Amino acid sequence: MTAFILRRSLQSIIVLLVMSLIVFVGVNLVGDPVDMLINPEADQFEIDRVIRELGLDRPVAEQYWYFMINAFQGDLGRSFVFGEPALKLIIQRMPATMELALFSLFIAISFGIPLGVYAGLKPTSKISRTIMASSILGFSMPTFWVGIILIMFFSVNLGWLPSTGRGDVATYFGITSSIFTLDGLSHLFLPAFNLALFKLSSVIRLARAGTREVILQDYIKFARAKGLGEGRIIRVHLLKNIMIPIVTVIGLEFGSLIAFSTVTETVFAWPGMGKLIIDAIYNLDRPIVVAYLMIIVLIFVTLNLIVDIMYSFLDPRVRIKGVS
Amino acid sequence: MDPILQIKDLQTHFFTKAGVLKAVDGVSLEIGAGEIVGLVGESGSGKSITGFSIMGLVDAPGRIVGGQILFKGQDLAKLSPAEMQAYRGNRIAMIFQDPMMTLNPVLRIETQMVETILSHDSSVSKIDAHARARDALGLVGISSPDERLRAYPHQFSGGMRQRVSIAIAMLNRPDLIIADEPTTALDVTIQGQVIHEMQRLCQETKTALLWITHDLAVVAGIAERICVMYAGRVVEQGPNANVIAAPMHPYTTGLLGSVPGQNRRGQPLQQIEGMVPSLMNLPTGCAFQNRCNLVSDICTSTNPDAISTKDGRLVRCHNIAAGDSA
Repeated sequence: MTAFILRRSLQSIIVLLVMSLIVFVGVNLVGDPVDMLINPEADQFEIDRVIRELGLDRPVAEQYWYFMINAFQGDLGRSFVFGEPALKLIIQRMPATMELALFSLFIAISFGIPLGVYAGLKPTSKISRTIMASSILGFSMPTFWVGIILIMFFSVNLGWLPSTGRGDVATYFGITSSIFTLDGLSHLFLPAFNLALFKLSSVIRLARAGTREVILQDYIKFARAKGLGEGRIIRVHLLKNIMIPIVTVIGLEFGSLIAFSTVTETVFAWPGMGKLIIDAIYNLDRPIVVAYLMIIVLIFVTLNLIVDIMYSFLDPRVRIKGVS
Repeated sequence: MDPILQIKDLQTHFFTKAGVLKAVDGVSLEIGAGEIVGLVGESGSGKSITGFSIMGLVDAPGRIVGGQILFKGQDLAKLSPAEMQAYRGNRIAMIFQDPMMTLNPVLRIETQMVETILSHDSSVSKIDAHARARDALGLVGISSPDERLRAYPHQFSGGMRQRVSIAIAMLNRPDLIIADEPTTALDVTIQGQVIHEMQRLCQETKTALLWITHDLAVVAGIAERICVMYAGRVVEQGPNANVIAAPMHPYTTGLLGSVPGQNRRGQPLQQIEGMVPSLMNLPTGCAFQNRCNLVSDICTSTNPDAISTKDGRLVRCHNIAAGDSA
């Protein structure tokens, strides 16, 4: 197990290095941040001073070298716009995005699995057909459009939920989050639901497909022959088997939930990392873009590792070497 | 001997889009307490569906449409699903064909055994249930059962898994075990061991056994009585020795002829020509008419009734001479 984690960590570092190179070169190819930062009326002397200050007068290779040296000391550069460390800015915004992503995941799992299992157990019923048809809608409707419709319906027409921003936060067990206050939850619900919709649909479809396959297996029939109740057959015998693919997909997609919350955060003016990266891209704030992408890569790599480890706990047939 | 199970004119039909498939169409058979009965037939003869009908586990679109399944006098076909569940795995247990598929791959053997006990008697403590599971494993010849309880199915070989299935079936000391081709998927040597084990356990515990198979040779070795099924009906049933030594129904004769034997070495193996007719569209008269070499006019017009013979057999064939009937 330790060897496995070590090997994977080493691979992760290589991935990070390659990613940093691609990202760094990539952002240096587009646009000129100086145009965005400086007063249009500034003279050439002033422009040259800013370019030197930001280090943009040096060759890209040299810039990358200094970036790497600083990165190993935990410094991913300073934001051109805010003048503060990029890492600090991103980490400040991270709790808001994490909370949104986790709450979305919670919605996707807690509704997706029961609905999918139901649709798998009773594939011909009207309710199941409705669930499956809705899941296709969930897949195919663009997130930003659904977000706007949700705001129109629940905030503007019905006036039930606030349309934008993050609500009050409270701190319990050392975690500061808006899920601990009623106001916070009411702000969180619409964007979380919006972000969850796509994942909800995929969980429904995975759970249904898994159920349809597993329910026909001999071991389910054997469980019935043992006289087990339908409840136990579904909760233990069926669910444990269909969870294997679901955990894999959910785990891997949690990264994309964080990375692509950008759209939802923009629609709902959610003060998270997604909003920050969009603003940074507009302003050509290179250090923030690079730092953000590095963090996302790190999250993906870590999630992959966690999924692999969890997988081995769920499926005894793929125990990682060294774990009994 | 009082029959523990009495099936009377059982009909299990499948209502498919293409029409009604009469998988089991008027099966009657009896099993005495502690008796071993072999139910023989080729694929699609309805032998497995007969077994599942007894268990109340016929999958949709199948349904028991007629007849009685009397278990100790109680008609199982009339029970509610909840009442039937109390019998399953408790008074009547079942063993399946493919041991690689019958155990849940993600649950420990212990979980799969203990739940069988607790679902029928929640008053049993976890410790007692564990002890019973361990003893059951020991009984079917699995060494170091304590250790093996903690294992997962993939850590067992096919033969060992089938022993585990047998142990699970035996857990609640059932009165009847239905074994649906339990040795078909096993190596010949393992097959022999498992058959021997089953025979010994049933004798020791006085458990009746319905052994479903397509292999007459297996059944000839262990069954006290043999039922031969063809196209959803029992065509011949009687004491093992009589049926094997002197089959009366042409289908049984054909089946016995298809078993390779030492005294016929070098000669071509006999076979039953043709195929089982579609159960969706059975011919008028005897279902075996198109493959029978004794076919006559009456065979194509009337379905033969079961005739009981002097030596205690029931045979559905027009060719049984009147003198044979009792």
